[in-house]
Amino acid sequence: MDDRGIGRGPAWGDAAVGVAVLALAAIVGWQTTLIPTNAIYAQVGPKVIPWMATAMLAVLGTLLTWQGLRGGWEHEEHGEFNVWALAWLLLGLALNVALIGVAGFIIASTLLFVCTALAFGSRKVLRDTTIGFALALLSYVGFDRVLGYKIGSGLIEGLL
Amino acid sequence: MDTLAQLAAGFAVALTPYNLMWCLVGVTVGTAIGVLPGLGPALTIALLLPLTYKVDATAAFILFAGIYYGAMYGGSTTSILMNTPGETATIVTSLEGNKMARRGRAGAALATAAIGSFVAGTIGTIGITFLAEPVVNFALKFGPAEYFSLMVLAFVTVSAVLGTSAVRGLTSLAVGIFLGMIGIDLQTGQPRFTFGLTELLDGINVIVVAVGLFAVGETLYLACFRKRADGEVLAVEDSVWMTREDWARSWKPWLRGSAIGFPIGAMPAGGAEVPTFLSYFVEKRLARKPEEFGHGAIEGVAGPEAANNASAAGVLVPMLALGLPTSATAAIMLSAFQSYGITPGPMLLQQQSALVWGLIASLYIANVMLLVLNLPLVGLWVKMLKIPEPLLYGGILIFATIGTYGISQSQVDLVLLYAMGIMGLFMRLFDFPTAPVIIGMILGPLAEQEFRRAMTISQGDMMIFLQKPLSLTLLIVAAIAVLGPQVWRLQRGPSVPRSD
Repeated sequence: MDDRGIGRGPAWGDAAVGVAVLALAAIVGWQTTLIPTNAIYAQVGPKVIPWMATAMLAVLGTLLTWQGLRGGWEHEEHGEFNVWALAWLLLGLALNVALIGVAGFIIASTLLFVCTALAFGSRKVLRDTTIGFALALLSYVGFDRVLGYKIGSGLIEGLL
Repeated sequence: MDTLAQLAAGFAVALTPYNLMWCLVGVTVGTAIGVLPGLGPALTIALLLPLTYKVDATAAFILFAGIYYGAMYGGSTTSILMNTPGETATIVTSLEGNKMARRGRAGAALATAAIGSFVAGTIGTIGITFLAEPVVNFALKFGPAEYFSLMVLAFVTVSAVLGTSAVRGLTSLAVGIFLGMIGIDLQTGQPRFTFGLTELLDGINVIVVAVGLFAVGETLYLACFRKRADGEVLAVEDSVWMTREDWARSWKPWLRGSAIGFPIGAMPAGGAEVPTFLSYFVEKRLARKPEEFGHGAIEGVAGPEAANNASAAGVLVPMLALGLPTSATAAIMLSAFQSYGITPGPMLLQQQSALVWGLIASLYIANVMLLVLNLPLVGLWVKMLKIPEPLLYGGILIFATIGTYGISQSQVDLVLLYAMGIMGLFMRLFDFPTAPVIIGMILGPLAEQEFRRAMTISQGDMMIFLQKPLSLTLLIVAAIAVLGPQVWRLQRGPSVPRSD
């Protein structure tokens, strides 16, 4: 195992990832006990591989936690965390889910596009709205009407 | 000779105007997404999977294969001109290619990459042509136990051996296997891991996971944790062609790269990183002017580019002959087979002979189309690199929405998509590979099926996997692949100096 951090303090982030994997193992194990089984299938039933996956996650989670507590593993270098970018993106994604059923794909996607552009530092909101709208409209026509995807209806979709 | 007759029949399928059109669309889209940073063939094919309801299987696979090959060509353009490789497989190309571009030799670098890709792609396709049947004949002797052990070996090599850490690679794989188990168990009809949600009874669609990890996760990462990278696109100052000396220095690396790339790609391990790095070191060693390496040596572009494309072709051998995907892209293509109700595996070549041979023939055609697209038309692709990031990622998220909402019109899938995106962000931050998730998700249920078949035959005796010699051998190789490096490291003691 790549315990490269001998002699350093614990890397709490890495250890937390290990704990998260352990938590996933617990959830998978718990859900596995809930799978109904028939005695005939006991040994080749639907629980065998789930138990193996549980064991795998438990062992790996333990190893990751242990590595984390012993100084963690090497990471690629990341830039500084940009909280505004995250806020804009989450807003865009939330608006998309909330509006796609009510207002339709084109409006929801245009808003998602504008929020994403803002997250990436664009300040040309008018330009982004125009391009986003055009792209959403074209994609809707292309995918829904020509290629036969089912993207649903909406305020603008109804006019087409 | 039988093979050649089959191939001729394949060309008859591939050369119909309808299939030629899908091939052209595929290579064009493939080159475009290869050029654009942040988009890869796995993501693009996942987004286009719903097409399988509309288009016949042969056309869809010709399209997907065109995208797959095209992305390999397009990726080299980006790594030469921008030094921000879109895919790990093209990292090596950027080592020398970007240096060549900085010295005003971008055209020669692009030319040797494109022609090398053509040579290697064609050699690789010839390899598929003649290797597919022998592999199938060998695989027909496999029983469920051997198949399961082969899948275990593939699991181990794609997640534990190829990445930076066996523990993290296997964790990604285990998460993928878990995601693949969600839904109704097909053999007993029992729901598993559905948490009481009816939406989960049919399982999680691989499109949602692939698009979430690759598109949403990558967008979140780039927006929130961008390094101050130089997004500078170098201009192509010279003509996109090669001098006599360039040819003399390129042709051997092309052939050596193909010879390294294809067998490694065709092994159940797959992966393009190992052959490209291997080719780079071989060329550095054999070069007449090794001092040029690190300053733009053309051999360092020609060899790895060829190795990359040949291994991409090689990956199709286990995919078509065994139904064994060893890359994220191959895994998603395999799920396309499933959505047509076609069972991938050794019977594929017999049962769907027109489809498979049409696909192989179209790979030859795709290579020719790609050479034309990437040499005279390279200027067009360079322009695509100048799309501003805010617009590029805005567009990517719109397509991500279409790909997921367009299959089910369900907001649950959109929420799952975002959850996968957030998981992708964390995987990126903590250096977990994402491809094993997709491979585990597709291959996991197939492995489970073989496991249960084998156990039914042996009446519940686990020893069957150790009693069959071939199965035992495969499991031993898998165990060595995981544990070997660790044991070796332990024996050398913990005194290995850290690089920093």
